[in-house]
Amino acid sequence: MPEDKSIQELGLEEYKYGFHDPEDYFFRTPRKGIDPEIVAMISKHKNEPEWMLEYRLKALQSFLDRPTPQWGGDLSDLDFDEIYYYIRPMENQGRTWDDVPDDIKNTFEKLGIPQAERDSLAGVGAQYESEVVYHSLKEEWNKAGVVFMDMDSGLREHEDLVREYFGTIIPADDNKFSALNSAVWSGGSFVYVPPGVHIDIPLQAYFRINAENMGQFERTLIIADEGSYVHYIEGCTAPTYTSNSLHSAVVELIAKPNARIRYSTIQNWSHNTYNLVTKRAVAQKNATVEWVDGNLGSKLTMKYPAVYLTGEGARGEILSVAYAGDGQHQDAGGKIVHAAPNTSSLITSKSISRGTGRSTYRGLLKVHEGAVGSKSRVECDALLLDENARTDTYPYIEIEEKKVNTEHEATVSKVGEDQLFYLMSRGLSEEEAIAMVVNGFIEPIAKELPLEYAIELNRLIQLEMEGSVG
Amino acid sequence: MLKIDNLHVEIEGGEILKGLGLEVGKGEIHAIMGPNGSGKSTLSNVLMGHPRYDVTDGTIEFMGEDVMELEADERARLGMFLAFQYPSEVPGVSVANFLRTAVNSVREKELAPMEMYRLIQEKMKIMQMDPKFAERYLNEGFSGGEKKRNEILQMLMLEPKLAIMDETDSGLDIDALQVVSKGVNELRGPEFSAVIITHYQRILRYIEPDHVHVMLDGRIVTSGGKDLALTLEDKGYDWVRQEFGSAAQS
Ligand SMILES: Nc1ncnc2c1ncn2[C@@H]1O[C@H](COP(=O)(O)OP(=O)(O)O)[C@@H](O)[C@H]1O
Ligand SMILES: [Mg+2]
Repeated sequence: MPEDKSIQELGLEEYKYGFHDPEDYFFRTPRKGIDPEIVAMISKHKNEPEWMLEYRLKALQSFLDRPTPQWGGDLSDLDFDEIYYYIRPMENQGRTWDDVPDDIKNTFEKLGIPQAERDSLAGVGAQYESEVVYHSLKEEWNKAGVVFMDMDSGLREHEDLVREYFGTIIPADDNKFSALNSAVWSGGSFVYVPPGVHIDIPLQAYFRINAENMGQFERTLIIADEGSYVHYIEGCTAPTYTSNSLHSAVVELIAKPNARIRYSTIQNWSHNTYNLVTKRAVAQKNATVEWVDGNLGSKLTMKYPAVYLTGEGARGEILSVAYAGDGQHQDAGGKIVHAAPNTSSLITSKSISRGTGRSTYRGLLKVHEGAVGSKSRVECDALLLDENARTDTYPYIEIEEKKVNTEHEATVSKVGEDQLFYLMSRGLSEEEAIAMVVNGFIEPIAKELPLEYAIELNRLIQLEMEGSVG
Repeated sequence: MLKIDNLHVEIEGGEILKGLGLEVGKGEIHAIMGPNGSGKSTLSNVLMGHPRYDVTDGTIEFMGEDVMELEADERARLGMFLAFQYPSEVPGVSVANFLRTAVNSVREKELAPMEMYRLIQEKMKIMQMDPKFAERYLNEGFSGGEKKRNEILQMLMLEPKLAIMDETDSGLDIDALQVVSKGVNELRGPEFSAVIITHYQRILRYIEPDHVHVMLDGRIVTSGGKDLALTLEDKGYDWVRQEFGSAAQS
């Protein structure tokens, strides 16, 4: 196989890695750490055009030049020299469901994840291409001219589109982690929806499972052309087991005039992971962009989906929910920039902290001069389940225009003794009672998700809470 | 059914219940009447197992079992129920969702969804509640009357063996009072006991008690038949204080 040859040429060695035991089938770069040689290897391995290699190298420079940000969560334990920057699972290694460890299977069982998704999550290498459902959907999308593939294929098959938009919403040197991603990105999704096309069924990343799916540095670009509609659902809701302790993705969305993009994520990282993600969207005239963002797990998450409202009448919405258990810090929020008249926005943030967990809401609302008639509302609610749990709110607001309407509301609530007693007096155990209060708390977000995701979100939080009991 | 003996309860160092005794037989309805601050809600909460109170002495037996060490949910599963004077709000949790969870947690076998749905509809009809009510968030923005109806709705759904009703009648207009009373009478039978805690005798016109007790300063100071409620209504709590106040002090 030509692919195997190039891997050997590059000196990439076989890497054995499993969920928790290192017995699996992955390729990785020959050494930890990052330098121009590693970046060149990655690019060459993918047979990328010269401009992408240059782009990566330039990004690497700005990654190396930039200091690690100090304003957010504690990154002092994050050692960039201790990370493999390119790990690629081998396809079709004959791994079967039976090889998956029992505790992982149990987790999937508890979550009620469909077998198809379980296989892919477990790295069994299931072939969704052959699935009937996927096939008919794919045909429908093809007929409508919709492009939906992994980013590496996107670059190969739609180079012009990628070159036109890649890195235009989030420049490589935007921040240290966007620079890192731009240097070593792999996987992620590329989506293009032609003018006027409405995709009713959400595009889900697991429909296009392949070797590049589970990247640590995935890169997603979604372009919704004029008057189109797409709902993209990212990733998976099962615990994601990674060898690397760093996940750093970049997601760029472009909603052209009258288009609407909804992007939903529920992520659940293993508790040793730094999850540092840059997500940004541009909404042009009368376009709408909605981020629905659920953050569970990880050691530290720093994620602030942004919408730049650049065209008159554009609308941006950010709904985020975070759960911080023992030892975890969820530093999340949202950023909205009103840069045109009559634009509107809504940020709703809900966080739950338990044990020694800590949640931070960090938001920026900016209204440029001339964005007359703009409306904005920010609501952040924190729920504390324990005396030791902690929450902080940093709502930055910069308003340069007088004729605007902005509202900000923040609440902190505790699960009260009386509330629990009330629920327990009806037969619910203490854990069930807490879970009920929590589910109620996130209901405004859960009801924005497709039903099965809402149910999974609730279950996931419950599982996380069960884990923290013992 | 319920046997309380020499119950002493403290909260934040102050003694609220000072040696309270009460026996409720199977199928009996007891009324406890007392002025504000006499310890009625404290008694209700302690019976149901609220963790905030310190029981310093005495016993509580339910169906022959000492329940003192049991958590509220364990008491609920034994068949105890408390209709709260001030039910808590639980935002984002619909009444229907709550009822489903509650019913299934006290039952041995889960109820099939269709049956559950029918049961909720049926009981809501008894309580003259709009079906849309089931989709509202638990107690959030409920009027006083709605909260009380909702408490009785839960009681009808859970079918307890013993219901303690803490001032369920307070703040209700006559119509609501009749509906609430109808709900209680619905369960009345040889297998159902109730302790109706009230400030006024008004509700006892609709739910006829077998026994009436008067509570003052953390104790039951006198007991009698339903006529005692009328006497009390006539003479007022000042009479009780004069008559029994010294006993309560001693
Ligand atoms: N959480 C509490 N902390 C301190 N004192 C309390 C608390 N709850 C009740 N009390 C006191 O206990 C006494 C009895 O209260 P309560 O049981 O509510 O009486 P009732 O229901 O008969 O009006 C009152 O003096 C009240 O102030
Ligand atoms: Mg009271």
